[in-house]
Amino acid sequence: MTKQKLNNARRSPFAAILVILAGLLISGGGYAVASDAVDTTSVAATSQATVDAGKKLFLANCASCHGSNAEGTNMGPSLIGVGAASVDFQVGTGRMPGQNSGPQLMKKPVQFTEEQTAQLAAYVASLAPGPSIPSEEWVGEAALAAGDTMKGGELFRINCAMCHNAVGAGGALTEGKFAPRLEGVEAKHIYEAMVIGPQNMPVFNDANLTPEDKRDIISYLKYVEANPSAGGEELGGLGPVAEGLFVWIFVLGGIVVITIWLGAKSN
Amino acid sequence: MSDKSKSLAKAEDAEHDYSAGLAVIAPDAVKDPGMEPHRVRMTDKSEAHEKRAARQVAALFLFSIVSSAFALYAYFAFPIVEGSNASVRDNTLLLGVGAAFGMLAIGVGAVHWAKTLMPDAEVSEARHQTRGSEETRARAIEIIDLANKESGFSRRKLIRRSLYGALAFFPLPGLIVFADLGPNPGDSLKHTMWKKGTRLTRDPDGKPIKASDVTIGSVFHVIPEGLAELEHHKLEEKAKAAVLLVRVDPSILKESAERKDWSYDGIVAYSKICTHVGCPVALYEQQTHHLLCPCHQSTFDLTDACRVVFGPAARPLPQLPIAVDAEGYLVAQDDFNEPVGPSFWERSVNE
Repeated sequence: MTKQKLNNARRSPFAAILVILAGLLISGGGYAVASDAVDTTSVAATSQATVDAGKKLFLANCASCHGSNAEGTNMGPSLIGVGAASVDFQVGTGRMPGQNSGPQLMKKPVQFTEEQTAQLAAYVASLAPGPSIPSEEWVGEAALAAGDTMKGGELFRINCAMCHNAVGAGGALTEGKFAPRLEGVEAKHIYEAMVIGPQNMPVFNDANLTPEDKRDIISYLKYVEANPSAGGEELGGLGPVAEGLFVWIFVLGGIVVITIWLGAKSN
Repeated sequence: MSDKSKSLAKAEDAEHDYSAGLAVIAPDAVKDPGMEPHRVRMTDKSEAHEKRAARQVAALFLFSIVSSAFALYAYFAFPIVEGSNASVRDNTLLLGVGAAFGMLAIGVGAVHWAKTLMPDAEVSEARHQTRGSEETRARAIEIIDLANKESGFSRRKLIRRSLYGALAFFPLPGLIVFADLGPNPGDSLKHTMWKKGTRLTRDPDGKPIKASDVTIGSVFHVIPEGLAELEHHKLEEKAKAAVLLVRVDPSILKESAERKDWSYDGIVAYSKICTHVGCPVALYEQQTHHLLCPCHQSTFDLTDACRVVFGPAARPLPQLPIAVDAEGYLVAQDDFNEPVGPSFWERSVNE
C-alpha cells in the first residue's frame, strides 16, 4: 500500500518543484557552508591582528636588512609587492633570515613556526599586492595525485631540467651558485619558487606555466621521488659524472687487478 | 752506402745481406740479458700445495657450474612481468650475474691451473727465418710461369684487357651509394623557420606569447609558430629555431645602435643553441643575467648582446629581432642575421 502511495505522490505536479527546491537548498546551502569556510580562513589569514603580529616579528627579525617599512636597504631588497608566496618560500624553507653572505642563501633549519611564518606573510602581503600562497587546489595531495606526470615531466625537462637535472637532483651554476636538489621539498614551496623566482631562478608566471602545468610538474617530481629508478642504484641521479667515476674507479680498477694477477708468477 | 757500413753489416750478420739504409747500427747495442733464473714454485716442492691448488681449480670450475645453474634458475624464478620495470631489472641482473660468474670462474680456474700446476720452465724459442729457401722460391716462380702458359694470360690480349676493364668497373656500384650520404646541406644551416611576422610560441604546446605575459625575470622557452604541427624534420627545425625569451629591466640592456629596435621594452630573444658545439644554452641566472651552457660552461651576458664572458664559445649567441603585432603577440621581425649554432666549414667569418 505504501508503495502505491509513494508512486502516486511521485506523479503529482508538485513533485518536480519539490525535488528542484530540495536540490537547490542542498547545493546552495552546501556552497554557502563551503564558501563560509574559505572566507573565514582567508579572513583569519589577513586579519589586522595577524598583520600586526607579523609586523612585530618583521621589525624584530627582518627590518635590520629589509628596512623598518620593508622598503629595502643596501643589505637586502625591498619586500613591497613580493607577496605572501615569497615570504612563505624564503622563511618556510629556512633560507630567511639569512645568516651569512655567500654565493647564494642556503636552506637551513626553519627559524619560525608555521603560525609566525603565516603572520610574516600576512604582513608583507598587506604592504602591496603580490603572489599569494598557492591553495590546496594546486598543491594538495589530492591535486598532485590527479596531476598528469607525463606532461609534467615534459614541461620539467623543457623549463627546469637544465638547472635542476632531469630527475630534480640539482646542479651547479656559476661561481658557487647552484640549483638545489628538489627531492623532499614541499609541494607548495616548489610552486612558490616557480611563481616568485627566488634568487637566481627565473620567474615562471601563470602565462608561462599555468597552475595546471605547475601542478603537473610537482606531480612529476613527487612521482620520481616515490618511484625509485628501476635501473638499480641511481648514484645521486647525477648521470654520467657519478656513473663514470664509479666505472673508472671500480671497474677499471678491477681490470687492472686482474691484469696484474694474470702477469704475476705463482709462488 | 759506404763500404764501411756495408762491411759492418756483413760482419754483424753474414747470413743476411742487409742494406744499411738510414738505419744506425749501434756497436754498443743493449745486450740480451738472457734468461731469468728459474724459481721453483711451492706446488713443485710440496705435494700438499699441489693438491690444494688442484682442489682450488676444481672448486672454481664447480663454482662456475653453480653460477650457470643459478642463471638458469633466475631466468625462471624471476620472470619478466608485463609493465613492471623492477621485474625486468631483477631478471636481467640475476641472469647476467649468474652467467658472468659462470664464465669468469672458468677463466680464473684455467689461469690458476696454468700458473700453479702446468710446467713453468722458461723456454727460449728462436724466431725462424721468414725468407723461404731457394728451392721453394724457384718452385713458386715455376708454378706461376706454368699458370701463365696454361691460361695464356700474357698471350691472350683480348681476354686480359677485357678483364682489366671489368675489374676497373666492378667497384663503381659500391662507390655510387656514397652519393646517398648527401645531399649537401646547402644553405639550410644558414636559415631557420623564423621569418618576418612568425609568432613566438611556447615550447612544447605552440601557444603564442603576449608581450604582457613576459614579466620581468621571466624565461620562456620558445619555438616558432607552426613548429609544433610539423610532421617532418620537426627536431631538425627545432634544433635550429629554439629561442630563449627573457625580460629584464630595459635600463640595464646595453644595445648597439643597429640592434636598438630588436628588443621590445626589455624583452630580448636569443638563439638557445650554443655557438661552441650546439648544446642548448638555457641556464639563466636571474640576478647576474648570465646564460650558462651546461656542456662546457660557456657563459653569455644577456644584457650585453650575449657577449661571451667565459668559456670556449667563440661568438655571442645570435639575437632574434622581435616586435609586437596588432594583437599584442610577440613576433619575429626577421630570421637571425647569422647562422645559429656552432661553426661549420662553409660558414664565413663575417656572417
